[in-house]
Amino acid sequence: MTATGTFLRAFLRRDRWLVLWFLLGTPTLYWTQAYSVDGIYRSQAEFDRAAAAMGDNAAFVAMAGPARALNTTGGQVAWQASAFGAIVVGLMAMFIVGRHTRSEEETGREELLRSGVVARTAPMTAALLAATVASAVVAAGVTGSLLLYGLPAAGSWVLGVGVLGCGVAFGGVALLAAQVTTTARATYGLTGAVIGVSYGLRAIGDVSGGGLSWLSPIGWYQAMHAYSGERWWPVVLLVVLGALTTAAAYLVFERRDLGAGIWATRVGPDRASPRLLSGLGLAWRMQRSSVFWWSVGMLVGGYAYGAMGDDVTTMMGDSQFSKDIFAAGGGADLLDSFYAVATLMLVLIAAGFTVSSALRPHSEEQAGRVEALLATGLSRARWYAGQALVTVAGSVVVLLAAGLGIGVGYAAVTGDWSAVQRLTGATFSQLAGLLVLGALARLLHAVAPRWAPLAWLGVLYCWVILMFGELLEFPQWVIDVSPFSHLAAVPAVDMRWTPFLTVLALAAAMSTAGLLAFRHRDVH
Amino acid sequence: MEHVIEISGLVKTFGSVRALDGLDLEVHPGEVHGFLGPNGAGKSTTIRILLGLLRADGGHVALLDGDPWRDAAALHRRLAYVPGEVNLWPGLTGGEVIDLLGRLRGGLDERKRADLLERFQLDPTKKGRAYSKGNRQKVALVAALSADVELLLLDEPTAGLDPIMESQFQQCIDDFRDGGGTVLLSSHILAEVERLCDRVSILREGRVVECGTLAELRHLTRTSIHAELATTAADLATHEGIHDFVAEGHRVDFDVDTELLGDVLAHLGTFGIRSLTSQPPTLEELFLRHYGDEVVAEPQPAGATS
Repeated sequence: MTATGTFLRAFLRRDRWLVLWFLLGTPTLYWTQAYSVDGIYRSQAEFDRAAAAMGDNAAFVAMAGPARALNTTGGQVAWQASAFGAIVVGLMAMFIVGRHTRSEEETGREELLRSGVVARTAPMTAALLAATVASAVVAAGVTGSLLLYGLPAAGSWVLGVGVLGCGVAFGGVALLAAQVTTTARATYGLTGAVIGVSYGLRAIGDVSGGGLSWLSPIGWYQAMHAYSGERWWPVVLLVVLGALTTAAAYLVFERRDLGAGIWATRVGPDRASPRLLSGLGLAWRMQRSSVFWWSVGMLVGGYAYGAMGDDVTTMMGDSQFSKDIFAAGGGADLLDSFYAVATLMLVLIAAGFTVSSALRPHSEEQAGRVEALLATGLSRARWYAGQALVTVAGSVVVLLAAGLGIGVGYAAVTGDWSAVQRLTGATFSQLAGLLVLGALARLLHAVAPRWAPLAWLGVLYCWVILMFGELLEFPQWVIDVSPFSHLAAVPAVDMRWTPFLTVLALAAAMSTAGLLAFRHRDVH
Repeated sequence: MEHVIEISGLVKTFGSVRALDGLDLEVHPGEVHGFLGPNGAGKSTTIRILLGLLRADGGHVALLDGDPWRDAAALHRRLAYVPGEVNLWPGLTGGEVIDLLGRLRGGLDERKRADLLERFQLDPTKKGRAYSKGNRQKVALVAALSADVELLLLDEPTAGLDPIMESQFQQCIDDFRDGGGTVLLSSHILAEVERLCDRVSILREGRVVECGTLAELRHLTRTSIHAELATTAADLATHEGIHDFVAEGHRVDFDVDTELLGDVLAHLGTFGIRSLTSQPPTLEELFLRHYGDEVVAEPQPAGATS
């Protein structure tokens, strides 16, 4: 294990800012739940009523987790924050492992490192340890913040230790993914898919009451029952998953060459197809697989929502609280309000595609691939426009998939096939807001390339406004900053074209401003 | 068109760093112009400004009688560029990249493409991520050289190529020049520069410090003299144009400014020469003198061309 310690120190040094952000963000995620819950309910009776309504709500259960002790602050924290906390720490572990293993190998830096006096496995061991240390730091932050808030000690410790367990489990998954794939992008894609499936499995399992949640690491974390009769043994499952994937990663590692995955690199055509030979053709080629997989994901995700059918009404009951929660939908009919909110949630997930696609020009420039292109007859404007067009068209396709999914899911359960058109239309009513998020990424890349990834904050902002806007009673202007606040929440209310076209025009204006800025700056 | 590239007083700053500080450069039609200088001297920055990728902060730049910033796309159809570090798309094959860059440049010569693939022994079916550094470089070279253009901008194009490929590259540049093309070649490989370049410009800290043919530049540097004399000649040390003087009994070793060689030899004759060896400056010495941190008090470049 020569040099593992040296690597670990170097990695932690490189990651210190990343870890700091997660250390600030993750405990905040938990802590704000406690804070907001205690702020909302004036009496225990009101809290009990709300808790009962929430616990009976399949959509909420699917989103958050199994409903336990929801009429306590601790129970609310565990319910609302644990699934997202697991995802957040899983993503952190994934990035730390990925950037120090496959990413280093892909760029060729690993070769340089490994030629030194180091054990062959030292970098990967150190990467895994770095992810574990970072998870432990974040876990300590979670436990610490909850203890400081004054929640019961046992539950606070369970929530923290579970976070560490999720970091270990998903870190191991990332380490294995890094051995199997040949690019960092694919490593993140594969690990992200595992995290996504874990979330999906527990969502279905929690709603159906079946055992599917036991196939999900996130389910294991929630099975630790923080603040509602804690049990420690599920954390063993998380550690075992981490250990098994790590062992598998070492096995694959010992059997492959530097730079290779387990699949040999395939050869391709020696001539380019005519469709590739333009700025637009290249942009599409770069993103078509991403468009495809996102569409598949959204189709499945949409179906899951749609398959709740019209049971939603009974699940929500007719409590005032349910009506308040879906006030974001703005309609009188609970069923329509539910689907308006569900649609918006799908749209904000689709924003993941839109923003990453809109940031593609940024990553191309970072990778030094733009220079050679712009040194040809391809003008900056055409290159930029080709990239933007693919993002817009891809967003339309991904939204269409989401709409079809939710519509077909609903129709399959209720037999009401007109819902396909109605719910697909509802999804599309949010397109303009989605395109504003993409345009924001484009504009940032054009004006201040270093800050381009901050476009993700735009998605986060809209998400917070959607989820907590009404509940936390933000000032109106704060709510108005989100483009989605201006769009009609179809099907709860009728489609309104004026705001839709206005927001669409805003997206077009931001993209145009981006183009003008991009034409006037240095390209690296 | 008098000059293919005409740059005067070019300035480019990155934050507080002045990457180019009043750079002047002229490249004549039909010549291979060597562009030399230590790392960080501003070679790549100059080429990126010529490509319209970076915007000049001051000075005048003309490329093929056009403005490289304003007319970028139109000018690019008449030139081809090979970067020092070629980054390929991991999922595209070499052949696809060659076709893509060729088409975007306005078409490529099929016969040349096939011939170059053969010459450079490049497998066009491999994916970008599977190529070694040398092979990535070859992809960019084939794409550039199979284009039908007037000007090649080459930024250390042969880094990573083996000697056989290097000689193929030199052959290609010869052919291109024979066809009337102009080349701006940034390079650290002295043999390559000596073999290919008609004229060279040497950069240091963002400006051109020497420019001329190699013969002219050689004139600017020093010849090493080892002599055995009939008498001791300590006062030689103070003679104009003599440097690094070492005397050991009757033997003397020193360097002399090549311009003053005749003068110094005449003076040396007065001490009675028993034996004499002189070593003309090597290209390497020429460059090291300009690359080193120390800037030696230098003769004016103008004197070289007279």
